[in-house]
Amino acid sequence: MSKIVESLPNIPEVLPLDPAPQADPAVRVKPLITARNVNVFYGQKQALQNISLEVPANQVTALIGPSGCGKTTFLRCINRMNDLIDICRVEGSIEIGGQDIYHKDVDVVTLRAQVGMVFQKPNPFPKSIFENVAYGPRIHGLAASKAELQDIVEASLEKAGLLAEVHDRMNAPGTSLSGGQQQRLCIARTIAVEPKIILMDEPCSALDPIATARIEELIDELRENYTIIIVTHSMQQAARVSQRTAFFHMGELVEEGATEQIFTAPRDERTQSYITGRIG
Amino acid sequence: MTDDFTIIPTPHTRRRHKSELRFQWYGKAAIIAALGFLVLMIGSIGYKGVGVIYQTKIELDIQLNADAFDPAQLRKADFSGLVKTALRARFPDVKNRRQKRRLYGLVSSDAGFELRKMVEGNPNLIGSTIKIQLTASDDIDTFIKGKIDKNLPESDRRVKDVEINWIEKLQADNSVVQVFNTAFFTSGDSREPELAGILSALVGSFFTLLVCFLLSFPIGVLAAIYLEEFAPKNRWSDLIEININNLAAVPSIVFGLLGLTIFLNTFGLPRSSPLVGGMVLALMTIPTIIIASRASLRAVPPSIREAALSIGATRVQTTFHHVAPLALPGMLTGSIVGMAQALGETAPLIMIGMVAFIVDVPASILEPATALPVQIFLWADSPERAFVERTSAAIIVLLGFLVVMNLGAILLRKKFEQRF
Repeated sequence: MSKIVESLPNIPEVLPLDPAPQADPAVRVKPLITARNVNVFYGQKQALQNISLEVPANQVTALIGPSGCGKTTFLRCINRMNDLIDICRVEGSIEIGGQDIYHKDVDVVTLRAQVGMVFQKPNPFPKSIFENVAYGPRIHGLAASKAELQDIVEASLEKAGLLAEVHDRMNAPGTSLSGGQQQRLCIARTIAVEPKIILMDEPCSALDPIATARIEELIDELRENYTIIIVTHSMQQAARVSQRTAFFHMGELVEEGATEQIFTAPRDERTQSYITGRIG
Repeated sequence: MTDDFTIIPTPHTRRRHKSELRFQWYGKAAIIAALGFLVLMIGSIGYKGVGVIYQTKIELDIQLNADAFDPAQLRKADFSGLVKTALRARFPDVKNRRQKRRLYGLVSSDAGFELRKMVEGNPNLIGSTIKIQLTASDDIDTFIKGKIDKNLPESDRRVKDVEINWIEKLQADNSVVQVFNTAFFTSGDSREPELAGILSALVGSFFTLLVCFLLSFPIGVLAAIYLEEFAPKNRWSDLIEININNLAAVPSIVFGLLGLTIFLNTFGLPRSSPLVGGMVLALMTIPTIIIASRASLRAVPPSIREAALSIGATRVQTTFHHVAPLALPGMLTGSIVGMAQALGETAPLIMIGMVAFIVDVPASILEPATALPVQIFLWADSPERAFVERTSAAIIVLLGFLVVMNLGAILLRKKFEQRF
């Protein structure tokens, strides 16, 4: 795996890199997340139709598709962020590790602590860099002492590849960082609460190519310890960072499979049209 | 195509520029007019009220004969008699009774108390002749400040020729002095303008607003937080919102009537007290605070809420750790607008009896008190000429109170302001 990390270039290329070695679907492990017949409605409007998708652990799964196709909606179903929208209704089941997250006994707070999310626009709290990362562990009681909290914050920033850049100004406001740094701060904030799954909603869409490359590199490193689902508008990005890709179109899951297969031999005509740039 | 390229103004663009210029002038004219009125108002109030800083005193020599005092009961001595004797001694040719009454009227009716205070402070003075500065009566004070026209026919002025004559004699002896008017800032209301002070109204207003703030800020902010962050958005919440908006527009006197029937008659709370005044004002301030707080909560970007929720914060944690602190400056601004309104409110306070004539400075929120705007209303209604200047001075104090309050709010806001 480290080979892949080293082989990742700093500047994104247009062509997909070598896909991960386990491209063969036959050797897939038991999925971590299983969505079955998920239908999502915003009021009367149906946003997702019968989505069934399996997401394997410790891999990066990319959700691609044209704007408004429902990929972000699906992503937000996985940590139940859609609960915040009053008119949103979710049907069907999504299981994580065999447990239905829409069961009435599920505690959303516990769920979200294990299913972290990184958003399209970097959204650090208007507090210090330290506080941004420390907030999660503090509310979840993950640190017994100040020193322990310090360790968690530093380890998280290190994992997010930001520690070297900010270690001497931990008390500077998080909002004073550059866009790419802010996004990595948000990733550090997410991993500080030790989630199993990280959802990323177009994490690079507000960033320049260099910052994007940095984040992509980071995603590949994080794959070792976390299961990542990333929504992206950039097919190149999907090809570069993901092992599996799901193509959404008009609220439907058109096709899902190993990234290499989706990009080189799509089964569905719509997928073919989208990746060649004819729709979208 | 290049022939069409023109960068000199066409008639059409010229017209557009003209309309822009015209609009700018309208704006400037509006600002100048507003500033003009403000300057006019503050100027006229200031001009009328500034005289209060000084109070005229009349210096008299008073003989404190030992036989006039009973050492055991100093209080019982006839101090005003001593003042009158001194006045008679100063102008020995005044014989007729009416003239004598006028003569005694040169000094305030409180002159005896002033003498008593001095003697009680230092009983060793008894037996000697002392010089004392006694507060001049309101008419004399007004006359000395030049606000009574000497050239009017005698029957049209409050100060008669004979009094002017005495004053001029006293002035010739340097016995008429102007000193800093401590009474205005340290005492309560009085029927005599020269003795009337603003302190009891000021303290009353302070207590009233304190009660108002302590009730309306937490209630208003918590209601806003609940409605904005927790309550489901449905027909009921719409109904509540409409009613809150309507409540903000209800005339304040209606709240006064509500306070009268509920707080005074049903609950039996003390009449005229800052407690009830503050409760009534809180009723009318709460809708303002709710509306302003909701607006400032709505202005907090949803991304902050998502950030907190996505790392597993509960809704309460999200609200109180992240959203409310960001909305706090806006909430404070709204509260201060509401409080400023409450400070100037007169009608509801009249309904609950804070219009009473209160001489003492209230020591707690349960004691009868009056408030600055009510005091202004009372003085403006008084016939004595000297109250005109006190009314203006009270308005200045009210405006000063407002400025201090606003400054406090601005400082608090600066302290809590965070960028996002």
